[in-house]
Amino acid sequence: MTVKDLCKILSATEVNIADYDRKITSGYAGDLLSFVMGKAPQDSAWFTVMTNINVCAVATLADCGCVVICENSQPMDGVKEKAKQQGINMILTDKDIFTAIKMVVNEGQI
Amino acid sequence: MAECVHLEYRVDGNNFVSAGTATESVKSFLKNMGVDPKDVRRVAIAMYEGEINMVIHANGGYAYADIYVDKCIITLVDTGKGIADIELAMQPGYSTASDEVRALGFGAGMGLPNMKKYADECIIESEVGKGTKVTLVTNFS
Ligand SMILES: Nc1ncnc2c1ncn2[C@@H]1O[C@H](COP(=O)(O)OP(=O)(O)O)[C@@H](O)[C@H]1O
Ligand SMILES: [Mg+2]
Repeated sequence: MTVKDLCKILSATEVNIADYDRKITSGYAGDLLSFVMGKAPQDSAWFTVMTNINVCAVATLADCGCVVICENSQPMDGVKEKAKQQGINMILTDKDIFTAIKMVVNEGQI
Repeated sequence: MAECVHLEYRVDGNNFVSAGTATESVKSFLKNMGVDPKDVRRVAIAMYEGEINMVIHANGGYAYADIYVDKCIITLVDTGKGIADIELAMQPGYSTASDEVRALGFGAGMGLPNMKKYADECIIESEVGKGTKVTLVTNFS
């Protein structure tokens, strides 16, 4: 699926979209940054409640396809700007992580 | 040995806003050079963990990248407190990170294991009270 599909399935709010057509081929859920770095596959949708600036660095360096911030957890100061500057796809949903993943998986595309 | 590009960065201690910028710079440099994205990603993951360790455990330091046609050597040097037991520090889950740092998502104790996993060679030299030097070699496929 694409970032656009992901937004639609989750009725998500856009924090920053660099590329609606970027392909999402996998997923990962977690808040501990070293787990994400070590285990999230390239081009994955990363489901998290972490919203500090380091999320941007991790998303960029691990080639994450889209950051999905769950629980309506608000991005901290500077995150939106940094996401824009670094070309990171980042969206926000009020769903919890389990529900969000279930919705995406039920669409059967990752 | 073939021609080499040398890049140098000062990494600030305890600055979580700038943390990662050295790695981001090396990553885009490699990408622009046309290095295989999979190799670029391996370098970035291993270097980021080393950069973050200097930020959170060593009050900053210096990061160097030596880029050859067939490989990249990252060297991270600090004059922080050092690592008393490197074997213990390498254990997945081992961390001395503070609660404050953990609240930011660091301190999973997976940094050194990630470096070992993603770099082809990971050499850690450390002396308590003197500092730490981490060398990460990634061969391009
Ligand atoms: N540059 C460094 N200077 C001093 N201690 C370090 C350094 N790098 C790592 N360490 C020590 O090794 C431990 C394990 O490192 P790591 O696997 O990256 O886990 P984490 O950073 O999550 O604690 C750290 O908690 C710290 O005690
Ligand atoms: Mg670490």
